[in-house]
Amino acid sequence: MVLKLFFPQCCNTADSGLLVGRWIPGHNSAVVLAVIHYPFIPGQVKKYLSELQSQTQVDLTVLGSWSMPKEGQEGMDSFLKDLSTIFPQECWLQLSREIGKRGFTCQVVQNNGRLLQDREQKNGEGDKIILIHYDQRKVMLSQLHPVQDVGQKSDVEASELRLVFQTVAQSQPLFFLDKYDDGPLKLSHWQSEGREASIIAELLKQASVPVCIFLTWLLSLWYWFCMVLKMLFISSKLSTCVQSVYRAVHFRTVFSPKKAGTHVEFMRKANIFVSFLVDIALGLLLISWLYRENRISKLADTLVPVADRVAKELQELLEWLMGAPAGLKMNRALDQVLGRFFLYHIHLWISYIHLMSPFIERILWYVGLSACLGLTFALSVLSDIVALLTFHIYCFYVYGARLYCLTIYGLSSLWRLFRGKKWNVLRQRVDSCSYDLDQLFIGTLLFTILLFLLPTTALYYLVFTLLRLVVVLFQGVIHLSVDFINSFPLFAIGLRICRPYRLAEGVKFNVLCQEPGTPLHLMMEINPLKCSSVLQCYRTPTYSCYPKDSWAALCKKLFVGELIYPWKQKTDKTD
Amino acid sequence: MAEEEFTDINGNSISLDCQTHSDFCREFTVTSPKLSLRKVMVYTCFVWLFAYAVFFFTENTAVLSSAIILTLAGMMIHIHFVKVDHETLLIIGSLGVQLSSSYASGRESTIFIEMNKLKDIVINEAVYMHSIIYYLCILIKDPADPETVTSVVPLFQSSNPRLNCLVQVYRSCQEILAQSR
Repeated sequence: MVLKLFFPQCCNTADSGLLVGRWIPGHNSAVVLAVIHYPFIPGQVKKYLSELQSQTQVDLTVLGSWSMPKEGQEGMDSFLKDLSTIFPQECWLQLSREIGKRGFTCQVVQNNGRLLQDREQKNGEGDKIILIHYDQRKVMLSQLHPVQDVGQKSDVEASELRLVFQTVAQSQPLFFLDKYDDGPLKLSHWQSEGREASIIAELLKQASVPVCIFLTWLLSLWYWFCMVLKMLFISSKLSTCVQSVYRAVHFRTVFSPKKAGTHVEFMRKANIFVSFLVDIALGLLLISWLYRENRISKLADTLVPVADRVAKELQELLEWLMGAPAGLKMNRALDQVLGRFFLYHIHLWISYIHLMSPFIERILWYVGLSACLGLTFALSVLSDIVALLTFHIYCFYVYGARLYCLTIYGLSSLWRLFRGKKWNVLRQRVDSCSYDLDQLFIGTLLFTILLFLLPTTALYYLVFTLLRLVVVLFQGVIHLSVDFINSFPLFAIGLRICRPYRLAEGVKFNVLCQEPGTPLHLMMEINPLKCSSVLQCYRTPTYSCYPKDSWAALCKKLFVGELIYPWKQKTDKTD
Repeated sequence: MAEEEFTDINGNSISLDCQTHSDFCREFTVTSPKLSLRKVMVYTCFVWLFAYAVFFFTENTAVLSSAIILTLAGMMIHIHFVKVDHETLLIIGSLGVQLSSSYASGRESTIFIEMNKLKDIVINEAVYMHSIIYYLCILIKDPADPETVTSVVPLFQSSNPRLNCLVQVYRSCQEILAQSR
C-alpha cells in the first residue's frame, strides 16, 4: 500500500523537531499540521495535544520526527530514533531533508520495528511513499464544493481530500501558539511566516454585536408593520409591499446577533448584506440624478399630458372599431353599444386624471424619495404606477374577456344542442340527449344570434387583450430586473474573483522534479469553482416571478377567453 | 519518455508523450496540431474582402471597423476557448487521476478524480454517422455503491487519437490500477 503524506509548504524550512498531525482513518494517509521544535518536554507535549484534542474534536497525535540538520548538529539520528519509544505509535515517520537537496527522504518504522524501506529494497522497487505539499493557509480557508453538512456522512465514506480539508480547517486553535511566543512549546506552522491581523477588522467585530441588536429591534417594528399591511388584500397586489416584506425577512437573517455557523449560512448573510448595500447605493445614485435640475417636476408635468394622449389614442381606436375596422363588417347595434360604453369609461378616466393633476407633482416628489430604500424599491414603485395608470386598459380587458367568454361558452353549448348532444356534468363527458321541439327552436335561434355577433365581440376582445399584453410585458420586464438584483450573489462572485482559493471545486496536482532515491513529491493546488457553478450554488432564493402557464396553456386560455395572469409570484406556502 | 507518430481520427498528425515519474505515477500528453497560419490568413482575408465589398456599396466606415473588431474578437475567443493545444492524463496510483486540457492561449482547465470514485479505465466504441470511433473513458462509481457505474468521463475529446495510441495509454494505466487494487 502506498502511504500518502500531506506536508505543509511553510514547514519546508523549519528546524528539526516533532511532526504533529492526524492519521486519516480508512485511507493510508496522514496530514502534518505543525512542527514542534527542540527543546521540549514530552510530558508537556502530550498535555498540550490532549487539550487541543478536546477543544477541536480532531485527534491530533505526534506523527514522527522531522530533521533538517544544520552545521554542528550531528548525532541527531540516534536521538530521533529514541523519540519513537517516548511517543508510542503504530507507525513512526522519519522525514529528513539535507540543505542543498530538494527532495526529502522518508522512512517509516512500523510497530514491530520493521522498516518499510527494507522490504522495498528486496524487490528492487523504490519507496512507496507520496509526499504531497500543500499551502496551509489556503487549505484552511477554503471550502470544498459541493458543500456537505458536518456529520452527514461517516468519516470512512467521506473522500480523502474532504477529510484533509476538514482536518486543517478544524485545527485552527493549533495555530495560535507560535515559535516566537514565550511558552513551553515552540511550534512552526503557517502563522510563523508572519502573523496576520488587522485592528480595523477586530474593532468592527467588537462593534458589530450592539449595532446588530439595535438594528434587529428597528427591523422588528418594520416587520410588524409589513405583516399588518399583508392582511389587506390590495397590498398583496402591489409589488412594492411584496418587495418590502421580502426585504424585511431578509434583514432579520442578516442582522441577527447570532454568528453564522456553517459556510452556507455565512455566504447567504454576506450575499444579502452586499446586495443590499449595492441596492441602496444605486438608489441614492438614482435620486441624485432625478432631483438634480428638478427632473422630477418635469417628469410630473409630462405625466398628465401623456395620460391624456393615451386616452385620446384609445378614443380614436374605439371610433375606428365602431366604423368598419380593416374592412370587416360589424354588427352595427352591438358595435355602437360597446363603443359608447367604453367611450364613457374613458371620459370618466380623463376627468379623474384632471382632478388629480394638481396633486401629482407633490405625490411624485415624495414617492421619488422612497428610492433611497434601494433601486429595487424604485422599480417596484414604477411598476405600481404603471399598473395604476393603465387601470382602465385592465378594466376594458376584463369586460371584453368576460363578454367573449360568455359568447364562446354559449356557442359551444348551443352547438351541442344543435347536434342533439349534451354535456354531462356528473360524468364530465358529452352524452346524447333528446330535446323537445321548442327547446330546439329557441336553442337554434340563440345559436344563430350568438354566431353572428361573434365577430364583433371577438374583435373587441382581441384589441383589448393585445393592449393588456403589452402592459403585462412591460411589468414583467421590471419584475425580472428586480428579481435579478435581489438574487444575484455579488459577494460570492467577488470572492471568486479576488480570493479564488476560498471556493474550491477540487484540487490540482503537479509533479515536482524528481531526485533518485527520494519518494514522489507532488504539489497540491486548489482548483477554484467555475463562475457558473458559483451563480447556481449561491443564488439567493427570491419570490421569483415565473410564467405560471406554458405557452400551450396560455394560448388555450386566450382562445377560450379566460382571464390571464401570466406572472405568478411564489408565496411562502407551497401551492 | 517516448514519442511516436500517431494520427487522430481525421487524419491529422498528433504526438503522444509518456513520462514515468515513479512506479505508480505516469503522465500522458497528447498534443494536437497547432493553429495553421494559412487558415487564419484565409479567413481574415475573406472577412475583410466581404466587409470592403459592403463598404463599397454603403459608404459607411462603421462596416470596416466592425469587421476588424469582429475578426479580433473571434480570434481571441477561438484561441482562448476553442483551440486545445495539448491534453494531459496524470495517473497516480492510490491517489487518483487528473485530466487537464491546455488551450492555445495558455489557459488550463483541470479535473481531478479520486481513486475511490474511479471504477475502471476502458476503451469504448461509438458509432458516429458512417464511422466507428474508439475513445478512452473513465468509469465513475459512487463509493457507497461500488457495483453501479454512475457516469462516464471520456478522455482526449479534442485530440481524438486513434486506437493504436489509445491502446498504449490503456495498457500503462491498467498496470498502475492493478497495483493499487
